[in-house]
Amino acid sequence: MNWLSSYVRPKIRALVGQSRPDLPENLWDQCASCERMIFHRDLEANGRVCPHCGYHMRVGPEFRFRALFDEGSWQRVEAPRVAADPLKFRDLKRYSDRLKEAQNRTKAFDALEAAAGTVDGLPTVIAVMNFDFMTGTMGTALGEAFITAARHAVETRSAFLVVTASGGARMQEGALSLMQMARTTIAVQEIKEAGLPYIVLLTDPTTGGVTASFAMLGDIHLAEPAAMIGFAGPRVIEQTIREKLPNGFQRAEYLKEHGIVDLVVPRHEMRATLARLLGLLLRPKLESPPAAEVTSGPEVATEDEMANVDAGQ
Amino acid sequence: MSSLLDFEKPIAELEGKVKELRHLADSSDSGLDEDIAKLETRAAKMLAQTYAKLTPWQKAQVARHPDRPHFKDYAAALVPDFQPLAGDRSFADDAAIQAGLGRFRGRSILLIGHERGSDTEERVRHNFGMARPEGYRKAIRLMRLAERFGLPVVTLVDTMGAHPGIDAEERGQAEAIARSIECCLDLAVPVVSIIVGEGGSGGAIALAVADRVLMLEHSIYSVISPEGCAAILWRSAEKAADAAEALRFTAQDLREYRLIDEIIPEPVGGAHRARDVTIDAVGDAIERHLADLEGVPGLDLRLLRREKFLAMGRPAAA
Ligand SMILES: [Zn+2]
Repeated sequence: MNWLSSYVRPKIRALVGQSRPDLPENLWDQCASCERMIFHRDLEANGRVCPHCGYHMRVGPEFRFRALFDEGSWQRVEAPRVAADPLKFRDLKRYSDRLKEAQNRTKAFDALEAAAGTVDGLPTVIAVMNFDFMTGTMGTALGEAFITAARHAVETRSAFLVVTASGGARMQEGALSLMQMARTTIAVQEIKEAGLPYIVLLTDPTTGGVTASFAMLGDIHLAEPAAMIGFAGPRVIEQTIREKLPNGFQRAEYLKEHGIVDLVVPRHEMRATLARLLGLLLRPKLESPPAAEVTSGPEVATEDEMANVDAGQ
Repeated sequence: MSSLLDFEKPIAELEGKVKELRHLADSSDSGLDEDIAKLETRAAKMLAQTYAKLTPWQKAQVARHPDRPHFKDYAAALVPDFQPLAGDRSFADDAAIQAGLGRFRGRSILLIGHERGSDTEERVRHNFGMARPEGYRKAIRLMRLAERFGLPVVTLVDTMGAHPGIDAEERGQAEAIARSIECCLDLAVPVVSIIVGEGGSGGAIALAVADRVLMLEHSIYSVISPEGCAAILWRSAEKAADAAEALRFTAQDLREYRLIDEIIPEPVGGAHRARDVTIDAVGDAIERHLADLEGVPGLDLRLLRREKFLAMGRPAAA
């Protein structure tokens, strides 16, 4: 897959939006990377991966739950409601207004949603960050949701997978958001001390205080192709060192090369990879050899499954 | 003391006049003593008043004041036999983080902290206190060493943040910080952290997950620099003073939100005006907290430390 070209334009395009206004909505999408047109249904059927160039578009929690859990096996783990806007923060806009706007748009309380179910029959809790909710930033509510999900995994003896996508700490909560780096780390320690697997799936983009806490503490680090993953943002680095950044810098493949990520896994192989890893960790000895390995074919929701899930959960 | 902050200029002017008059008085027995005393009182009052109501943006200036005591000053004064130790054992020694063993008022301790440097050459050598992954990994290695021998860990935090650079990213800056936080949370020995200047974001909290977190009166502890926050949210770095206001990063703010345990008062006019007094006050606070934590079983320390951080931001027990 041509990931080298797949990060050239997406940044600007992502800001402009998925589809052009002159196109009938929900009929065609344009790839943010190769700019070719994709029939909307084809794109959905392909797990929102561009069939032309392999560019992985951003997807939200609901998509991940459907794509990774055994069908019909999962239900949401509700996060506690914490006090919003502890600092009464206001920049050009009120933080409380930004929050409301994001809540209305995503129908979620904050940028992390969790669900419990099974993956290939193994009990698993999956927590997914939603980049569409204030760029997936980590504040008190997200920290609390992460802790709740991890503890649910401990209580139900489940594996814990977190799918990251975040611009880092949420500035509007000041030092309280910084403290979430320590608080989420405590939750990770509880998972590990319970002897349960903690798997991190890094998706585009994962940066700042999220990378520098729970996202880098996984037993296994998976990443989607070309996902941007780093501590400092590329612009900050460029301004500091006044140098052009190397090609592919801070992309998933680059992190693997530098020993920070175990595996770069295309989205359609993600479920099979996760199932295989969890199986190896949690079923150390099989009674009888399996008839067949879990196939690594396209495992993302097909159209039929997509139609079913609305009724599901 | 050479560096003057903008808002200190009127005070300095007054102090200058006092000096001048005193010089005159010395040479000419002119009965100026009363005037001098008056002016002196006025200057002192002005200084006290200014520092009693510093704005958050002014506090940021004071916290970054080049004449403020730095790690090496604290180490020299508080741990006379300080023995620096070096290296992460896999890549390099990072001069931005200093660490070593030594005896602090009778106790053997591990002292770790950011060193910003005091002149241009030093600043470059210490990378302005901005650590690379090997700095955090050195800290982790030595914290584990301290734990093996039951020595308390004391950290002095003073950094704009972790180094943003290609090399740092390549070697896993984020992972190094995450591991350092994890290590701090795991230690079965007492950990006391003091934010002595600027507590900048992830690079700061990497060394500040402690049983007791203290801040000097005019230090700051923030998720992002006011300049960085202004550039992003106000789209103009010139709005740094507004961002400083909104971020609530002063020691007083953090105490109010119960994110730190104690504020260590600074001498009138800030730490840079009376460095020895400041260092002694920090030493006294460290001594008091170490004495307090002494004898608490290691597993209890770990549990209490975790509970303390888990309680942050939650409503007080209902
Ligand atoms: Zn494409």
